[in-house]
Amino acid sequence: MESLIFRHKIRTPLPGTKRAAITGVVASGNLEVLLERVLPPDACEVAVETAINGYGDVWEAVVADFVARAQPGGLRISINDGGARPDTVSLRLLQGVRLMEA
Amino acid sequence: MAAADAVSWYEASARQRVAAFLDADSFEEFVGPTERAMSPHLPLFELPRAFDDGIVVGRGRLDGRPVLVAAQEGRFMGGAFGEVHGAKLVGLLRAALDVKPSAVLILFDTGGVRLQEANAGETAIAEAMRAIAEVRAAGIPVIGLIGGRAGAYGGGGLIAGTCARLAVSEGGRISVSGPEVIETNRGAEEFDSRDRALVWRTMGGKHRRLTGGADAYVADTVAAFREAALDLIGRAPAFDRATLEAEQARLEARIARFGDCRDGAEIWARLGVNDPDAVPALTDAAFLETAAGVPEASHDAR
Amino acid sequence: MPGKMTLDQILASLFPAGHSVGVTEGLIIGEGPFGGGRLVVVGIDGDTPLGVEGALVLSRAVLDAIKAGESAGALAPILVAVDSDSQRMSRRDELLGLYECLAHLAKTLLLADRLGHPTVGLIYGHSAAGAFIATALATRVLAALPGAHPSVMDLPSVARVTKLPLDRLEAMAASTPVFAPGLDNMVATGAVHAVLDPTQPLDAQLSALIADLPAGDIRDRLGRERGGRPVAQAIAERVVRQARGG
Repeated sequence: MESLIFRHKIRTPLPGTKRAAITGVVASGNLEVLLERVLPPDACEVAVETAINGYGDVWEAVVADFVARAQPGGLRISINDGGARPDTVSLRLLQGVRLMEA
Repeated sequence: MAAADAVSWYEASARQRVAAFLDADSFEEFVGPTERAMSPHLPLFELPRAFDDGIVVGRGRLDGRPVLVAAQEGRFMGGAFGEVHGAKLVGLLRAALDVKPSAVLILFDTGGVRLQEANAGETAIAEAMRAIAEVRAAGIPVIGLIGGRAGAYGGGGLIAGTCARLAVSEGGRISVSGPEVIETNRGAEEFDSRDRALVWRTMGGKHRRLTGGADAYVADTVAAFREAALDLIGRAPAFDRATLEAEQARLEARIARFGDCRDGAEIWARLGVNDPDAVPALTDAAFLETAAGVPEASHDAR
Repeated sequence: MPGKMTLDQILASLFPAGHSVGVTEGLIIGEGPFGGGRLVVVGIDGDTPLGVEGALVLSRAVLDAIKAGESAGALAPILVAVDSDSQRMSRRDELLGLYECLAHLAKTLLLADRLGHPTVGLIYGHSAAGAFIATALATRVLAALPGAHPSVMDLPSVARVTKLPLDRLEAMAASTPVFAPGLDNMVATGAVHAVLDPTQPLDAQLSALIADLPAGDIRDRLGRERGGRPVAQAIAERVVRQARGG
């Protein structure tokens, strides 16, 4: 198991008022993403617990790409990963952000 | 989200089932994912955890009436009972004695005990069965709904048998030992676990409905389960000696009548089903007609 | 250290004045004089698996005890004594609805308990999985004798299913009581209430257990106190609190 954490500075807070949302399931090739609107509006933190070690660089890139696209200011995002592929991770993160914007 | 009558129960997650099953926006979760009540034991096995340990519990409304709901996530560790998972279900059942809902609904989707936490899971299953007896004795129906990909196996099957009423869809299975376990212990001759048709004829929703092992058979939609649940809540048997004497008689009669049968189709034939081999292929509507013609299928003895 | 007590030895120690408890095809049924009244005994002997027929024989005996209690006005305690295998693993048992039969047996015990018959389990040999849940674990308190061996699944099978090497599992089992078979682990989990002393009369020990029956299900509290289930009680209580509060 590996624990990773990425912190980013965000220009704009994520719109919406939803306090928390969750999407996905922890299973082989899948992941669950918990989003909480608990940080200052210009901050974003993504914490990952993953069953597959050694992919820190890939996670960093996927998260950086997601942050740039979604601008999730104010969100703490926590992930339990069951070995999902990067595109599945991106999909879940974006699904999560959509739930938080609702 | 799609209307409840279009949402497949089998394909939905536990959360999706609960949200579509209850009255819109009425669900309030207890010990939800933000509380991070996760398994203290899975890290020892280097297995990923879930924020809700694979079960969603809370309160909501069903047709305006207050209910408590538990929904297992069959895709996380096979929906199996671990320490936290079990404790959430037990807590929900104990809460029913305090808040006195119109019903408690258990949306089963479980392979049984989580091996990595076997002793905790097994004890929790026993605690849940005891708690269900208390809730039923207090006059609150406990209704089990079974239609997920993990079914209701092992200790989950026993908890199901403790409920006042059960609704099952075609995809649902209820059993104590699973096909693989029977095969490992007794050989493929006894049970070929890869024979899916055999699995369904032995443990599946249609077989359970025809033999009175479930009280309602529904299409694989959230709307169908919701409708069945409302109906079953209104006709849940009491937890008393009369009910258990009736169940004793019902089960003894079943063994006496079908104890020498080798296959589900043989049982259905003796139940008077017209073309037993066609049962698995029957549409839900056609199957419901068939079940309506089988006296053993419907009773008040659970 | 004496070996595992046999059923005959257990019955002799429970019923110094004699009893009518017998065993047929591994199923224990009978009763004897106890504490001024009667003690009903049901259970499984000889490491026998529990199938549909056996479950219904035992449940019939429990229902008879309930019936007798209604007419006699005295509610006999019911001892559930087990040295069983797991549930019987067969196509036939599942075809005939083993889940209903095992749950039915548990329900008769739970009903008897609710109606005021003290229900006490006694595991003196093996027991596992569905058989354990339907019998010993369905009582108000579960006692054990040294040498008892409750399990969910044997470690070699766990190794096969989890795809972990057996020696690694054995090493892990040394650090936590939460998954491996064994009496100590079931004591730590809270499932087993007490281990009795085989060198002392069992009737007195059973009377003491009955006199001191917990009012509710305290297994999760015991699990916390003994370290086998560090969080279960707190989680269940948190659910209750949140249900009350909102």
